[in-house]
Amino acid sequence: MREFARLYAELDETTSTSRKLEALQNYFSRAAPENAAWAVYFLAGGKPRQAVPGKLLRQAAIEYAGLDEWLFDESYSAVGDMAETIAHILPAPERQSDIGLAEWMQERIGPLRGADPETIRAALFGFWSELDWRERFLLAKLIGGGFRVGVSRLLVTRALAAIAAVDSKVIAQRLMGWTDGTVRPSAAGFLQLIAAQSGQEHRLRGGQPYPFFLAHQLAGEVQALGELKEWQVEWKYDGIRAQLVRRGARNYLWSRGEDLITERFPELASLRLPEGSVIDGEVLVWSGADRPAPFAALQKRIGRKALSARLLAELPAVLVAYDLLEQDGVDLRELPQHERRALLEALVRDVGQPQLKISALLHARDWEELAELRAESRERGVEGMMLKAVDAQYGVGRTKNVGTWWKWKIDPYSVDAVLIYAQAGHGRRASLYTDYTFAVWDEDAPGGRALVPFAKAYSGLTDAEIAQVDSAIRKSTIDKFGPVRSVRPSMVFEIGFEGIARSSRHKAGVAVRFPRILRRRADKSIDQADTLAALRRLLAAAP
Amino acid sequence: MADMVVVREQGLYCVPGQFYIDPWRPVERAVITHPHADHARAGHAHYLAAASGAGILKARLGAIHLDSLEYGERIEHNGVTLSLHPAGHVLGSAQVRMEYRGEVWVASGDYKLEADPTCAPFEPVRCDTFITESTFGLPIYRWPRQQEVFDELNGWWRRNAGQGRTSVVFAYAFGKAQRILSAIDPSIGPVVCHGAVDAVNRIYRAGGVALAPTVTVTAIDKAALKGALVIAPPSAAGSPWMKRFGDYSDAFASGWMQLRGARRRRGVDRGFVLSDHADWPGLLAAVRATEAERVIVTHGSVPVMVRWLRQLGLDAAGFDTEYGDDEAEAAAEASDA
Repeated sequence: MREFARLYAELDETTSTSRKLEALQNYFSRAAPENAAWAVYFLAGGKPRQAVPGKLLRQAAIEYAGLDEWLFDESYSAVGDMAETIAHILPAPERQSDIGLAEWMQERIGPLRGADPETIRAALFGFWSELDWRERFLLAKLIGGGFRVGVSRLLVTRALAAIAAVDSKVIAQRLMGWTDGTVRPSAAGFLQLIAAQSGQEHRLRGGQPYPFFLAHQLAGEVQALGELKEWQVEWKYDGIRAQLVRRGARNYLWSRGEDLITERFPELASLRLPEGSVIDGEVLVWSGADRPAPFAALQKRIGRKALSARLLAELPAVLVAYDLLEQDGVDLRELPQHERRALLEALVRDVGQPQLKISALLHARDWEELAELRAESRERGVEGMMLKAVDAQYGVGRTKNVGTWWKWKIDPYSVDAVLIYAQAGHGRRASLYTDYTFAVWDEDAPGGRALVPFAKAYSGLTDAEIAQVDSAIRKSTIDKFGPVRSVRPSMVFEIGFEGIARSSRHKAGVAVRFPRILRRRADKSIDQADTLAALRRLLAAAP
Repeated sequence: MADMVVVREQGLYCVPGQFYIDPWRPVERAVITHPHADHARAGHAHYLAAASGAGILKARLGAIHLDSLEYGERIEHNGVTLSLHPAGHVLGSAQVRMEYRGEVWVASGDYKLEADPTCAPFEPVRCDTFITESTFGLPIYRWPRQQEVFDELNGWWRRNAGQGRTSVVFAYAFGKAQRILSAIDPSIGPVVCHGAVDAVNRIYRAGGVALAPTVTVTAIDKAALKGALVIAPPSAAGSPWMKRFGDYSDAFASGWMQLRGARRRRGVDRGFVLSDHADWPGLLAAVRATEAERVIVTHGSVPVMVRWLRQLGLDAAGFDTEYGDDEAEAAAEASDA
């Protein structure tokens, strides 16, 4: 635990990639394999279920520290992170523990899940008496199920590749499925992860997907990409990016977050694919029409525990196929894009089932004509276009070393809205008011023109702007409800969002997707902010 | 009996003594607890401060009318017996003890309980009413053992030096910088001080405080600079002065570095938790040691400290001062802490 806490601190303390890499390599070359296995699980994004409810953890910490609840709350609002608050308020430990991460996870933390409160409390008191603040912080994160660390999976892969002296693409492949929670990290698993490359790589893969190849946001002019004919152009759909794997006579559907979601989509689980195929695509709800249903429809599918026959009929899911990564058990990722595309088209044709659609190729004479077509994105229910170099291999993660994919998204919707509530942020933004609720004018409100909240957003401002807004919020606070401040309406912001849908759960009657702050409109007074009627017009025009 | 010390618009005022303590507006008589800018302002007619702080006070405020007292030395002023006692904050920092008709009040100024070789250690002074600061008045502030912090700092420097990278520590030029200079391991490499730090070093050295040998940035060749530890005020961060260090690693030394969020907002590689203020256990220990039944809390976490002290059975209240106690100014305060 101490070694892993030290690693965590080192990763947390530096922003330098090379120093993070060095810290990871140091750790992996020294740690016992069973501990390293758990470290990989966490660093690669593994999220164990919460072992102890947050409330219980908090209560035990308050008791152990001999504080009052209000004092804990004051502390929490200054820190902005529950685990860190707990780590700091506890008095110094009585002794040190040398127990490794694996034993902590398996023998100590694991058994707490579902235990009675008294057992949990006694166990926590025992743990805290032998851990320093870094270890206590980590413990609270591991127990509370909120472990996150500022290190990319790519970096973990590179560190493992370096100590194993194995190509990092192979490591990336072996890492697939490490974090889905179905296999418990073990010494044997770790040793396999860093073993020399063998002829058995494919057999060891089981139902695992390939690392997803991710696109870069196109920032500059599209003309800078050169000849249009060098690019394969498709719509950019707004669904769940996924890989459908067919191996061992079974289908496995993996989301980009590496969750196995096969059971959520029976129509894709039952898709008849040839053995040894892997398709990269987008899961969408698509019924009859020539365009996909909005994301909200997919959300309904994901949200339901039980999938009734009626729901499946109303909201049928399809996989829109983008790419073919494996055929007849052979890894195709190093073939050029256009060759994979030809194989994919043939496969989709041969399968011949409606729930497997090919992602259409878009053609235009030149970039200008393509841009005109892109302007139709919104009415077609897509987010813009994907541009894939025709000779690109299928890379690992968000890389450009073997060819590039660009996402060429349409501009978001935008409205001018008024800040009415604020809440302090977390982590880096703790004790700064950074999470805001925005409102537009409802001209027909019963008591006359009134501001009605329609979106929450917490990203899009620079640190300097946040400091200004934070200070303005403190000066214009009308009321406080717990952590939320209600402020005198005075600031207007341009809010961008990707989609808009009717909603009965929101006061404004609409829900927007991916809202964010585009900029502060210091030039506008609150009277000049947009109206609910304007939002309704956007809604009416939306697909 | 009426309160001996009250808040006026000029500052904390000793009513029978007719003098102010760390006033923020010009007054006739000012007793200065320590020479940090928010406590020692220009423009007063008469100053009184601890003898060990006189040098810095003059250097900062120029030609002032200054009287000084040795720690523990007593004087009478309008019937108030006044003496200064070490506060352990920085060189020359003092608590102000005031005794009038058998009643004793102590104003702490800023203080810490940890040992610090650059200044006299905090001395608990028994009193009836204790006016305490509360900069770090939340239970999340518990300082690590300072030797651990200095070991980390030395280790960080040693590693950077080994990799040919300059180590830059941002620290308040008066107090924090010298405390670091008294604790680092000078065998690791040369130590370079920014001009603002260097000016204070000279006064410390003249006062007999032992500091690691230092050089100025112009007196060191480029190659040696790679293994150097640089101590600079926070205001130097991002300034052209920093350009000469090329690929350096930077750190910030302050109590605020206890919190990850504060450290990340600073955007430095390392945060060293090193404060010249008392932490939560320190504040409570200091209050207890005075045996005061009444406590008045100034700048920092005033409402929290007041509420907690009341729960502990003390008669506690807050004073509204201008010592930078607004939470909105936490970032600016960080340079002082």
